[in-house]
Amino acid sequence: MDLSLTTRQEGNHTVVVVGGEIDVYTAPKLREQLIDLVSGGSYHLVVDMEGVEFLDSTGLGVLVGGLKRVRAHEGSLRLVCTQERILKIFRITGLTKVFPIHSSIEEALAASE
Amino acid sequence: MPTVELRFAALNGHVRTARMIATAVSRRAGVPAGAADEIKLAVTEACARAVRVNRRHSPDSPVHVALIDTPDTFTITVADCGRAGDEVAPGPDGGLVTASTLLDLEPEAADPPWWSEPSDDDSAEDSAGFPPGLGLALIEGLVDEVEISRGPDGVGTVVAMTWHTGVDIDVEAAPYKTAR
Repeated sequence: MDLSLTTRQEGNHTVVVVGGEIDVYTAPKLREQLIDLVSGGSYHLVVDMEGVEFLDSTGLGVLVGGLKRVRAHEGSLRLVCTQERILKIFRITGLTKVFPIHSSIEEALAASE
Repeated sequence: MPTVELRFAALNGHVRTARMIATAVSRRAGVPAGAADEIKLAVTEACARAVRVNRRHSPDSPVHVALIDTPDTFTITVADCGRAGDEVAPGPDGGLVTASTLLDLEPEAADPPWWSEPSDDDSAEDSAGFPPGLGLALIEGLVDEVEISRGPDGVGTVVAMTWHTGVDIDVEAAPYKTAR
């Protein structure tokens, strides 16, 4: 299963819907997408992880890289995830302290207001 | 003798192959679903680490993976051919440091050390801005038993990961075991 990426605009936020496997092989694609968005002036990102089937430390690295980039522009990067197996990875690495994690896109957008 | 043995060239693309094989073998071994997810991630991290280590020190050497299924345990060993102890960050007690220690994620530390690491090098294969021991720290958080040892003849590192799948330890495993 490969990585799928779609983006859409919601007010001043860009929602990135990620699906499939984020691993050492596909993570560069996500990294490019996040870099393109930030270079294009999108500094408030919501990354929807509900369709993610697999995430490894390379994927975590890309998300952290994205967070660094938006923070440099006083932006935000929020995650949407309710899948226990993915949440567990954020917990083990302590990244729940770094990323705001929401249970729906609506909730993420509302929290960002 | 291992249930399944695998040797692959140190390329990122093959990490996925190793993951698929480990998933298939663990499924066949009847490990519970929760452990199967852990196996998938742990074998990926261990193989990705071994690929990085080999590419640095011994790019022509393969990564070696052994999957061993016994009635009570499921063990995976991943061996690299790099310098012994490369990408291993041992804690003060000799065990592995945890991911949050490695990332220095204290609540008050808004900018942990890895935070300032530049990640604009898009060609970088290593996970951007992450300390090299993170893969192992993730494994430590996932796996029942982790043992890191020096490879034969002092070459490379062997990461051995064991899950207890026996009925006495994991009740979830019971229906699988009786069905065998």
